Amino acid sequence: MDYGLTVLGRRGVSFINRLGGLSIMLLRFLGSLREIPRSFGLIMEQFYLIGVKSLPLIVVISIFIGAVAAWQAAYQFKFIGAPLRLLGHAVGKAVVIELAPVLSALVFSGRVGAGIAAELGTMRVTEQIDALDALGINPVRYLVLPRVLACLLMVPMLVLFSNFVAIMGGLIVSVLGVNVSPETFLLGFKDSFKVGDFINGLIKAGVFGLLIGLVGCYEGFRAEGGAQGVGMATTSSVVISSVLVLVFNFIFAMLLFRI
Amino acid sequence: MSYIQFDNVHKSFNGQSVLSGVDIRIDKGETVVVIGQSGCGKSVLIKHLMRLIEPDRGAVRFDDQDIALLHSRELIRMRRRIGLLFQSAALFDSLTVAENVGLGLRESRQYDREQIREIVMSKLELVGLVSAADKHPSELSGGMRKRVGLARAIATDPEVLLYDEPTTGLDPITADMINELIVQLNMRLHVTSIAVTHDMVSAYKVASRIIMLYDGRVEFDGSPEQVRSASNPIVQQFITGQAQGPIQVR
Repeated sequence: MDYGLTVLGRRGVSFINRLGGLSIMLLRFLGSLREIPRSFGLIMEQFYLIGVKSLPLIVVISIFIGAVAAWQAAYQFKFIGAPLRLLGHAVGKAVVIELAPVLSALVFSGRVGAGIAAELGTMRVTEQIDALDALGINPVRYLVLPRVLACLLMVPMLVLFSNFVAIMGGLIVSVLGVNVSPETFLLGFKDSFKVGDFINGLIKAGVFGLLIGLVGCYEGFRAEGGAQGVGMATTSSVVISSVLVLVFNFIFAMLLFRI
Repeated sequence: MSYIQFDNVHKSFNGQSVLSGVDIRIDKGETVVVIGQSGCGKSVLIKHLMRLIEPDRGAVRFDDQDIALLHSRELIRMRRRIGLLFQSAALFDSLTVAENVGLGLRESRQYDREQIREIVMSKLELVGLVSAADKHPSELSGGMRKRVGLARAIATDPEVLLYDEPTTGLDPITADMINELIVQLNMRLHVTSIAVTHDMVSAYKVASRIIMLYDGRVEFDGSPEQVRSASNPIVQQFITGQAQGPIQVR
């Protein structure tokens, strides 16, 4: 009993500690925004590394997101007797509101969030972050600002691509596998399309990007020890950012789609 | 008031005391070598001077200022007056040697590209590594990495140079080359230097004064000659490298 309480207490303290650390990292990131012009080159580099280089992966997963959404919708329609002309409608809604932002963010946290935590964690344990401090260079401006800003702005851009590619994936499966004409599918999609849903999806994506970038940087900065510490930081980054993406997705659902 | 002062500095990590009341005064132009066993807090001590680590108790003063009271801009300004050679050299592995050496200059925004290149080359010449300017740290040997770290530390012409185990892990010849470099730099640049090491050959070669840390405090403070002739059994055991004696091997 005592042992259980001790473990629970330690976990609680660790959780509050992390929450406080993340909040401080967010404030320091916000404080560094005024240094954007000075860090322009570093920011552009991260836009490329974080955004452009993630594009092929996002395209591949998005094709399958759309494809499976179309297949599953058609399968459910068969049971409830819904007309297949609604396939474009169902796929469009599912992709734009939930699937593209959430699944892209989860894959992004695995690719980019883990990469940031591993890179900064390695820099921490090899004293490279201390070396920046020693050279009179603010590590938050030099390392955190470009990465978090790139995540914040690039995830919505990637979700934009993901929306398009996933709809195309759904269209291909609908035409080739379910025998729905392209016109029918696209008409259904057009009927379902609301600019508000689309923008909400992009706002969600921006928040997910911010969370993934912040968690990656925070976990990397607090890494200690050696390879094991970097590994733990990387794992924590993926786990925490994935959980946060799903929690915030639920909060967004409650706020944006009132029942 | 001395140029650099550690006043009753205490520091613990995870409940384990590393420094327990360190008092050191260093005047301008001195070359002080801090010796002691591995893990006795030597590196922790010099990192306090850059405020990379903050004391639990006590104060660190540099040029009449308590560094704990410096705001971020003042702290950055102070750090640019001090150069630090890290034990592992801590080179940025994504940058070339020249970019590593020039990073502090570039980020200070006081020099244009040409001036930076000129300064970088002059510092690389001082450490004999002009030919490695466009290489990445992964292509360098341990000794070369230390020399690049040294070039980076002196790039901004600091008033104080801190060396964290400058010869650890190097072969005797390369270690002697680093020691020579330290002596030459001190003579040419007229800086105040603090080196921490457990390499007595290095300590005797570069020091004008040697301080021994033991059990979290200053155990001995004197000239190299005084260290050699010290009757203190702790100092004697350390400088002669004996396993038997009052020092407990951790």
